[in-house]
Amino acid sequence: MPKKLLLEHIDVPSIETFETYRRHGGYASVEKALKTMTPDAVTEEVKKSGLRGRGGAGFPAGLKWSFLDRKSEKPRYLVCNADESEPGTFKDRYLMEKIPHLLIEGMITASYALGAKTSYIYIRGEYMYIVRILERAIEEAYAAGFLGQHILGTPYSLDLYVHPGAGAYICGEETALLESLEGKRGNPRLKPPFPAVAGLYAAPTVVNNVETIAAVVSIVNGGGDEYAKVGLGKSTGTKLISASGHINKPGVYEIELGLPVEEFIFSDEYCGGIWKGRKLKAVVAGGSSVPILPAHLILKTAKGEQRLMTYESLADGGFISGTMLGSGGFIVMDETACIVRNLWTFSRFYHHESCGQCSPCREGTGWMEKVLHRIEHGHGHMHDIDLLVDVAKKIEGNTICPLGDAAAWPVASAIRHFREEFEYHVKYPEKVANPKHFELEPFRSERLELSNA
Amino acid sequence: MVKVTIDGIEIEVAEGTTILNAARQIGGDVVPPAMCYYTSLKDSGGKCRVCLVKVTHTSTKDPRPMPKLVASCRTNVMDGMVIQNITSPEVLEARKGVVEFLLINHPLDCPICDQAGECDLQNLAYEHGVAKTRYEEERRTFEKIDIGDKIKLHMTRCILCYRCTFVADQLTDNRVHGILGRGDTSEISTYIQKAVDNDFSGNMIDVCPVGALTDNTFRFKSRVWFTKPLDAHRNCDKCCGKVVLFTKGDEVLRVSARKDKYAEVTEYICNECRYDHKRLSDWVIEGPRHIDRNSVISQNHYEKIDLLKLKQEIERQIDFEKGKQLPEPNQSLTA
Amino acid sequence: MRFSEETLALVNKIIRRYPEGKQKSALLPVLHLAQAEFDGWLSPDVMDYVAGLLAIKPIEVYEVATFYSMYNLKPVGKCLIEVCQTGPCWLRGSDDIVHHLESKLGIKVGETTPDGMFTLKTVECLGSCGTAPMLQCGSKFHENLTTDKVDTLLENLKSTNQRTSYMR
Ligand SMILES: Cc1cc2nc3c(=O)[nH]c(=O)nc-3n(C[C@H](O)[C@H](O)[C@H](O)COP(=O)(O)O)c2cc1C
Ligand code: SF4
Ligand code: SF4
Ligand code: FES
Ligand code: FES
Repeated sequence: MPKKLLLEHIDVPSIETFETYRRHGGYASVEKALKTMTPDAVTEEVKKSGLRGRGGAGFPAGLKWSFLDRKSEKPRYLVCNADESEPGTFKDRYLMEKIPHLLIEGMITASYALGAKTSYIYIRGEYMYIVRILERAIEEAYAAGFLGQHILGTPYSLDLYVHPGAGAYICGEETALLESLEGKRGNPRLKPPFPAVAGLYAAPTVVNNVETIAAVVSIVNGGGDEYAKVGLGKSTGTKLISASGHINKPGVYEIELGLPVEEFIFSDEYCGGIWKGRKLKAVVAGGSSVPILPAHLILKTAKGEQRLMTYESLADGGFISGTMLGSGGFIVMDETACIVRNLWTFSRFYHHESCGQCSPCREGTGWMEKVLHRIEHGHGHMHDIDLLVDVAKKIEGNTICPLGDAAAWPVASAIRHFREEFEYHVKYPEKVANPKHFELEPFRSERLELSNA
Repeated sequence: MVKVTIDGIEIEVAEGTTILNAARQIGGDVVPPAMCYYTSLKDSGGKCRVCLVKVTHTSTKDPRPMPKLVASCRTNVMDGMVIQNITSPEVLEARKGVVEFLLINHPLDCPICDQAGECDLQNLAYEHGVAKTRYEEERRTFEKIDIGDKIKLHMTRCILCYRCTFVADQLTDNRVHGILGRGDTSEISTYIQKAVDNDFSGNMIDVCPVGALTDNTFRFKSRVWFTKPLDAHRNCDKCCGKVVLFTKGDEVLRVSARKDKYAEVTEYICNECRYDHKRLSDWVIEGPRHIDRNSVISQNHYEKIDLLKLKQEIERQIDFEKGKQLPEPNQSLTA
Repeated sequence: MRFSEETLALVNKIIRRYPEGKQKSALLPVLHLAQAEFDGWLSPDVMDYVAGLLAIKPIEVYEVATFYSMYNLKPVGKCLIEVCQTGPCWLRGSDDIVHHLESKLGIKVGETTPDGMFTLKTVECLGSCGTAPMLQCGSKFHENLTTDKVDTLLENLKSTNQRTSYMR
């Protein structure tokens, strides 16, 4: 049985209620931390665990906590990033909907470690029904004495609130999230200062992803060292993977980091293989922002080693032949998928979601979308392909926040690995006029076929 | 004081100085252009990205290079920092990209734009732009509108530098306009028809780096380089009263605040001085205004950008635009 | 223009979640309440009212309301149907769902049926890619869609004949 640290009790009936959750060992981490540990000792365990941020960037959580300015006179805040809007990612929603108390418990334990007296869960507005689930869970936690004044009779007090967004992917970027929480437009801030020094209301703030905070529960319960034994190398613990696209069993899976990609795609325990008996064509392994890889490069690295579900293995080969674990949004494409059309939807997404503050992203995302729209609809030129590469290059690294990079990488990588398909669109406009072109007749590229063999 | 090196030139500046301002202290070619930063407006900068530079050496303590190009207007220097601006091909390439981005949706209607001749974007485009546009898509357009009776908003030309919103926030007591919408459909607007009318609101015109906000009392009266700019002042109980008069004969066509060589206003003026004193006799004339850098009004720049061609093009187009006052080509170009 | 007493109490409760003087933080949640209470969209009057409640400038509300995609700045039909069309949903046939809705309702994306009953919109990833294709109507997610399921949904919406809202 693979190790489950987050979803162990997910199938227990009524696990969303406090009572059931508590009966299955819930809130033990709060008791343990508040009654037997100092806040710094909790942070120390998180450091030892090697837990890395699950929101996409993979920054070590313990290290981030240790940066929090504890000398400031201002209050400190913990804000949970539940904005989950990266295409292909739906694990936070699953967790919050099915086992909301796990997040609440993690929030209390983490807030204690950070010395926060007020904490917020910033959740994307489209998840409004989950706002109600979380608020019910919070009410139950207050009633049971796990929130509010003098939790469990200790001197520690905490208030926890849910704050809904209103439709903006960019509010997942932590400083845009803080702006939005302050009732403003979701424009990312210039850094420095970092939130650890001047975050919410200019006070020291830690922003962590839902899954990161939920993982704190098992780290405190079992100890950081135990957690670090799960996983592989610097990719410790388990990770929720949102699997979507052309697979037999889409859904959220908790995997132990280190699982071979091939097993994840083809084993019945996970994705269950490619649907309709078709062949695997490509995978976007970590949410729409990360580079797309063709079948042969997602299963094996360029060096011919087995590709594993770890931060390191997926990144092997850099941007030439590798990708990133990102948020764990695992999007699988079969042989009938049109890479150009899929990319166009991604580019449309980034164009739609750019906050518009800085010129390369504001103008460049729209430009890329328009060119891709033309190519996909049979109005492209050969020079458009290199133009896209160049526009992507001029956005990447030159913007205020990483949304610019996130918009550029998919374009650059799709053209790097699937250039023939773009050329095909330019050469045969009449064939791509039908939006289902490759469903009628899958695109064959000799180069890729040889590599996939 | 900390020591920094920009394009091989060493300088000592006060701690907390930005890279841009350190470069301005050196002056000359090592100064990065700036389209959104504005010294006197708090929180401005960081958005347009034309001022990107490369930090090859973070500080004496931390000799590592910074991983990405940084916005020089919002990055503070550290002791021992080494910066490349025009000596870095990477910076020049990125800047060229940014200028291209700023231009793809710009109408390029300089020939009929009141800002032509004193437009930061025009200057930037000449220095860093590429000759031919690669943008084949439809350009974004907006209707031009009056925001108040004195200010014309030509949103199509706006580069979303946010300066005018900072002026409204920081200089006036009631901001009624702002950035609406998101991404490349964001716009400067009041949302519902509202007049921007407020003692210091006219300064929005002066801080606007392009011709998006223009003075309705001046529009199309003349090309700016056919006017004669004069330094002048009057006793004003609301502001410093120190202005530049753009005159033609004994007519005052436009009044604006004084700008330094980086095209920044140092002392703001009130709307009364700007709009209500259009007679030479209202003012104490100090003498001709010397305008340098960033303006084609300046002789130097004129030579660099092939003024004659620009002028001919402009005249051709203006001829086209019947009903608008034709300029007198013989008028002297500088004060 | 005025919220019901019940909503006003809720507004005050929301404001108290944030430190004193930071009542602007309540703007997003309060705009959601306003949209739900005042016919599914935010008119300038509604926004001015919210500005007054939170003691901020009207332009601050306009700036925010126009930034976020869930706020409707124009009237919408009783039932707002939002179909996800991003990559993962597209891979599993969201185009077919959109076309089906268009022909069933006799309108194009972005339009409202003449009887004011339905507005059809396409949106970007709603975090439901594993159950694609999907659409959102009110706060409810309708997942693993087929054309049959869409038909049933439309029937249900018609017979319930109630304004959908994210807040219900
Ligand atoms: C454009 C953009 C969108 C993001 N969206 C999310 C998101 O939806 N959820 C999330 O947890 N992190 C998101 N992030 C990452 C956050 O900025 C931040 O790194 C994260 O919340 C930190 O938490 P972690 O360290 O626990 O991962 C996004 C970043 C960017 C640049
Ligand atoms: S990169 Fe895009 S999203 Fe990020 S600040 Fe710039 S315009 Fe906004
Ligand atoms: S109108 Fe002018 S000052 Fe205002 S944002 Fe646009 S370019 Fe900047
Ligand atoms: S001047 Fe520095 S980013 Fe605009
Ligand atoms: S792509 Fe449709 S829900 Fe994610």
